[in-house]
Amino acid sequence: MSIVAFVLISILTLAGALAAATLPKLIHAALSLVVTFLGVAAFFFLLGAEFVGLVQVFVYVGAVAVLIVFTILLTRREATAADKFNWRGAVVAIAVFAGLVWAILKTTSLSIAAPQIPALTVKRIGEVLMTDFVWPLQCVGLLLTAALIGALILVMEEKRQ
Amino acid sequence: MSNSLDQIFISAKQWLLSFLAGAPDPIIQIASSLLNIAAVLGVFLTLFALISVLERKILGRMQNRYGPNRVGPFGLFQPVADGIKMLIKEDIVPKRADKIVHFIAPIMIAATAILALGVIPYGRNMTPFAIDGGILFFFAVGSTTELAVFMAGWGSNNKFSMLGAMRAIAQMISYELPLIIVTLPVVMVVGSLSPDAIVAAQSKFWFVLTPWGAAAFILFFVSGLVESNRTPFDVPEGESEIVAGHMTEYSGFKYATFFMAEYFGMFAISGLGVTLFLGGWQAPFAWLQFIPSYVWFFVKLSILLFVYIWVRGTLPRTRIDQIMGFAWKFMLPMAFTCVVAAAVWHYEGRGLAGWLWSLAVIAIVYVGLSRLLDTGKRFAPRTYRFAE
Amino acid sequence: MTLSILLVVSAALFCIGLLAALSRRHAIYILIGIELMLAAANLNFVAFWRFSSQPQQPTGVMVAIFSIAIAAAEAAVGLALVIAIYRHYRTTNVDKLNQLKG
Repeated sequence: MSIVAFVLISILTLAGALAAATLPKLIHAALSLVVTFLGVAAFFFLLGAEFVGLVQVFVYVGAVAVLIVFTILLTRREATAADKFNWRGAVVAIAVFAGLVWAILKTTSLSIAAPQIPALTVKRIGEVLMTDFVWPLQCVGLLLTAALIGALILVMEEKRQ
Repeated sequence: MSNSLDQIFISAKQWLLSFLAGAPDPIIQIASSLLNIAAVLGVFLTLFALISVLERKILGRMQNRYGPNRVGPFGLFQPVADGIKMLIKEDIVPKRADKIVHFIAPIMIAATAILALGVIPYGRNMTPFAIDGGILFFFAVGSTTELAVFMAGWGSNNKFSMLGAMRAIAQMISYELPLIIVTLPVVMVVGSLSPDAIVAAQSKFWFVLTPWGAAAFILFFVSGLVESNRTPFDVPEGESEIVAGHMTEYSGFKYATFFMAEYFGMFAISGLGVTLFLGGWQAPFAWLQFIPSYVWFFVKLSILLFVYIWVRGTLPRTRIDQIMGFAWKFMLPMAFTCVVAAAVWHYEGRGLAGWLWSLAVIAIVYVGLSRLLDTGKRFAPRTYRFAE
Repeated sequence: MTLSILLVVSAALFCIGLLAALSRRHAIYILIGIELMLAAANLNFVAFWRFSSQPQQPTGVMVAIFSIAIAAAEAAVGLALVIAIYRHYRTTNVDKLNQLKG
């Protein structure tokens, strides 16, 4: 049962990612990116980390995808010329993929089956967040504040003197 | 006796599943989920049909006229007539519209609205899909609605649609923040994100009876009004302003799907409000517990829906800049105040001292904000004219 | 379902993101590629947590959560930059942004 789910979700994710990388029209690429994010969230659910899956849908699909789509709207060029695709990047990508797959398959310690683990509850994540990871939490808060102020300043129109 | 009446739907489902007694485990799980989905869809489609005619009748009565009263007794078969009309209309797609995006937008918006209905507890042991982070699932699915609204506006190849979609998305994103932050006090006090645990924690008193709960409920209700694009915040679909906003180029069945998605969003937000603040399926007093739990849930849901319709019939539409200013300048600080007030209530021991201190926190911030945001405009005295 | 097949899938996702980032000239496509690479890295973290010998220490999950938050901040600032550049130069082709070239 989970093998079927795994194969289906990986096909969906990789197809969406390929569409996002190669489609000529930008809006279609952005919407395929949404499908890819949903596929990755499904992966997280399959691996038993439901909280991360929900946060992924919430942040990536609900916020980042909307941001990307808004920016595409605000920066439309007059000529709707499709972007030219440079195939030399494909060579580099395939080379990197070959290297990674060789490294993964050569390491025999990675061919282990999934152990039975207790379910990770949100309560546990909350506890860990407030005890072991409290400093990273504060740093992420500061970083998000800085990013918010920075993004606002970047797009504010300059005052006419 | 009352216990068996309470669990009558659970018993019916177990009886139906007993026909599959010898099947392997995944088949039983799939059958159980399908039965849950069928029940939710059946109940809420009927409720949608009923509310669409009741809304027009109630609005009509508030405006001193009858609503639809021709089709069936008291006009209650009007949804059948509406459905037939929508189904036989010609489906017009603009020639230069993006066909795939134009087609998927109403499907996606209806799908997200129905998904959100799946985590709300409708009665004792009657949550369709009880997952650990139910509240987070609800908001994650709700935030996907904005993308679907954008797809509707962009796929129509129409400047009015695009403008309407962008205003709709700006409004929905701005009010998502108060909506989510206002559920934080409840989650904090209960200690869990699961709606079943939140309802079980309200067995002594409902959260709306605490000061932070009352303020949070009012903020939640207003944010719910905005999220469902209802008057007084229906700028995205106001007919006198922007034709139909992002739904302009949709006709027939696709428009009916948008309409249905808006009402389902209303049901979902009201259902969540009942779960978080009004005690879910709990009875108000212990001696009223002979009434089944799902009846209590639907009574509370109906009261909230009536208030939605009442507000629609009473208030005029606000401007888009007024809506945004209200969200960022008033509702967001008040939402944070609710979180602080809930913490104060908890740390003062949840008794009378906690009640008074949290009330003081909310009152001080509210008075301060009102003074700061006062623009000094005063209205002329109201005159009324009644129909004779 | 072994760990190595999961790592191969996330390596494929990473390389597709690399493809998008390397072979396009529109700034937003490059951002899409970066988001894909970040998603692949998150998948790796959670996969390693799932197959680890100490699952009650959810380090992989926590790093994935923080990474999602940081990716959102980075997408926001990156897209703000693209809008600001478009306002000034009227183009989003990163080849044309070469005024500091020696």
